Amino acid sequence: MITKKGINASPGVAIGPALVLDTEEYRIPHRTIDPALCALELRNLDAALAAARQEVAELRAAAAAKLGDKTAVIFAFHEQFIADPKLRESVAEQIERRHFTAAYAFGQFMKERQRVFRNVADPYLKERVRDLADLERRVLRHILGRTRENMTRLTEPVIIVANDITPSQAVSLDRGHILGFAINVGGQTSHTAIIARMLGIPAVVALGDITTDVSGSETLIVDGSNGIVVANPDGETIARYSTRQRDYQRFEDKLRSLRDVPAVTQDGVAVQLLANIEVPEEVPEALEYGAEGVGLFRTELLFLSSQRIPSEEQQYEAFRDVLRATAGKPVVIRTIDLGADKLAPLLGAPHEHNPALGLRSLRYCLMHLDLFKTHLRAILRASGEGDLRIMFPMISTLMELRQAKSTLHDVMEDLDEEGIPFRRDVPVGMMVETPAAALLARAFVREAAFLSIGTNDLTQYTLAVDRANARVAHLFSSHNPAVLKLISLAVRATQGRPVEVSLCGEMAGMPLYTQLLLGLGLRRLSMAPKEIPVIKRLVRATTLARCRAIARTVIRFDADRQVLNYLRDEYRNIEPEDDA
Amino acid sequence: MAVEREVIIPNKEGLHFRPIMQFVDLAQRFAAGVTVHCAERAADGRSPMEMLMLVATQGAKVRVVADGPDAEQLVTALAGLVESGFGEL
Repeated sequence: MITKKGINASPGVAIGPALVLDTEEYRIPHRTIDPALCALELRNLDAALAAARQEVAELRAAAAAKLGDKTAVIFAFHEQFIADPKLRESVAEQIERRHFTAAYAFGQFMKERQRVFRNVADPYLKERVRDLADLERRVLRHILGRTRENMTRLTEPVIIVANDITPSQAVSLDRGHILGFAINVGGQTSHTAIIARMLGIPAVVALGDITTDVSGSETLIVDGSNGIVVANPDGETIARYSTRQRDYQRFEDKLRSLRDVPAVTQDGVAVQLLANIEVPEEVPEALEYGAEGVGLFRTELLFLSSQRIPSEEQQYEAFRDVLRATAGKPVVIRTIDLGADKLAPLLGAPHEHNPALGLRSLRYCLMHLDLFKTHLRAILRASGEGDLRIMFPMISTLMELRQAKSTLHDVMEDLDEEGIPFRRDVPVGMMVETPAAALLARAFVREAAFLSIGTNDLTQYTLAVDRANARVAHLFSSHNPAVLKLISLAVRATQGRPVEVSLCGEMAGMPLYTQLLLGLGLRRLSMAPKEIPVIKRLVRATTLARCRAIARTVIRFDADRQVLNYLRDEYRNIEPEDDA
Repeated sequence: MAVEREVIIPNKEGLHFRPIMQFVDLAQRFAAGVTVHCAERAADGRSPMEMLMLVATQGAKVRVVADGPDAEQLVTALAGLVESGFGEL
C-alpha cells in the first residue's frame, strides 16, 4: 500500500482499477535528411499542420457544445497557433537551412518554447506549457502518421493515471467509464482540474511520478477532496474510503436534491432565496445552488478591477450577461456603492478622514452626475433583457432617494429621445443600511418599490463600529438588539403595502439567524450562492410559528450575548442531524 | 515614422489566450506593422504564437511599436484594448 499526497483538484472519492496512459514521448526516427528531400519534408509539414488544424476546429466545436465557451477558447487559440504563418515560417526555415526532418524541426521548436514556460512564476501562464505540449504532440502525430489516442472506447470503469490530461484528451473522455484522475503534474487551475470539476469526477493532481508508482489494473483510491491517492489499499482502507465515498455522495445528492425543491417551511410558508453576485460568470453556479434570482448584483468589481471607469458599453454588457444568464428570474442591480477612498485612484477624489461617513456611494454619484448617468443608462439599456430591478444604496434622507429617482427619469428621457428601448416600469428600490433609513422606513416605502436591508453597514452605522478595525471588531454584532429593532422596523413598514422587503447582508447566509429573520417577517433572503442549500434545508425544517416565537423572545432581550446564546440553542434544536 | 506607446497589462491572468486573440484580431485590421516588446522579448503583434511567447503577466510593461500609414491609430487602438483589461476587469 502506497499513500501519496497531491493537490485536491476535484472533490469526491473514487475507488477502482488504474488505467495508466502511455506517457512515452514520440520517438523521432531521423533528425536530418538529404537536402534533395527538403521539399517533401515541407509538404509533410504543411499537410500535418492542415490536418491538425482541422482536428482542432472539430474539437473546438465539440468543446463549445459539451464544455462551454471557456474550453472552446482554448481550442480557438490552438487553431490560431497552428495556423500562424510565423510558426510555419520558423519551422520551414530549420528544414531548409539545416536539413532537419519536419518532425525534428517542429519538435525542437515546440520544446524550446515549453522550456520558456517552465520557468514562468505566474501560475496561470505557467500552465500554458501544457497547451504547447498538446500542440506538439498533435502535429507530430500527423507528421509521423500515428493515430490519436483517445479515451472514448473504455470498456470498464477506470481511474485514469497519467502524466497529464491534455485538453483534447479531455474532450474525448468517456465520462461513463472514468471514475477518477490521478495526475503527475498540474495545479488547481490546470485544464485537468477545471474539466474534472466540470464533469464532477474526483481528481488529484501534482502527484509527482504516480505514473511510475502505479501499474495497470492495480486498485487505486482517489480522494479528490483531500488530495490523497492510495495505491494497492488494504481491506480496512478500502472500507474506510467506501464509507467516505457514500457520505460524500449523500452530501452531493442532498444538495442536488435541494436545488429543485422549494424553500418552504413545514407550515407552508414560501421563502425566496436569492444570490449575491459580483460578476456575470457567477450566475450559472448560483442557479446550480438553487438561487431563485439575483438579490444583489454588486457593481463595484466592475469599477475596481479596472484602472479606469468602465465604458457604458462594458457596463451594459455585464448587466445584459447577468440578465441573460438568469433567464427571466429577478435581478437586483445595486448602483455604484463605492467610497471616495475606493474611487480616488480612478477619479482623483480628495482624501477623506472618515470615508465611511464621507462622500461615498449614492452621495458620490449624486455629486458626479456624468458618471452616474452613464451607469444608469447602461442599466436601463439592459432592462429589456429580463426582470431587472434598480436599487440605490446608502440612502439616509428622502431627498437622496428623490434625487436619485429624478436622475433616473432624466436618463429615461434621454434614452427616449435617442429612441433606445428600455423598460419604463423597471422597479426602483433602495437599500436600508443606515439607521435613518430604517427609522423612517414608513416614509421611504411610499416612494420605493422595494427595500433591501444591508445588515453589514446597518450594523456598522448603528453600533458605530468598523469591523475592519481589530481593536473594536469584537463590538460588531448584527444580532445586537438595536440592529434587530431597526430590521424589524424596516420589515414592518412594508407590511400591508405592495413593497417587497429582502435582506442581503451576511446574516442572510448564516443559518444561526434564519429562523429569527423569518420570524421578524422576512420572506426574501439574498446570500452567497453556496449558502443557499444550507439555508434552504433549515427553512424546510422549521415552521413559521416557531420562527415567530423565536423573534418574539429575541426582540425582548437587551444584550447581544443573550440573543446569541438563545439563537444557538434554537439552532441546535432544529439543525438537521444528517449534516454531512 | 514609428509610433510607440508603453502600457501595463492590467488583467489578472495576463496575456493569455483570449486577450491574445483579441489583440491579434485588432492588429490585423490596420495596414501598419506592429511589434510588441516585453522585457527583452519581442513579438509580431499579428502572430498569436509570438504573442504567447512574450509571457506578459499581470503588471508587465509592454511596449507597442507600430510603423506605417495608420500607425498612430493602431497604437491607440491596441493600447486602449490592453488598458481596458481585454474586458476581463
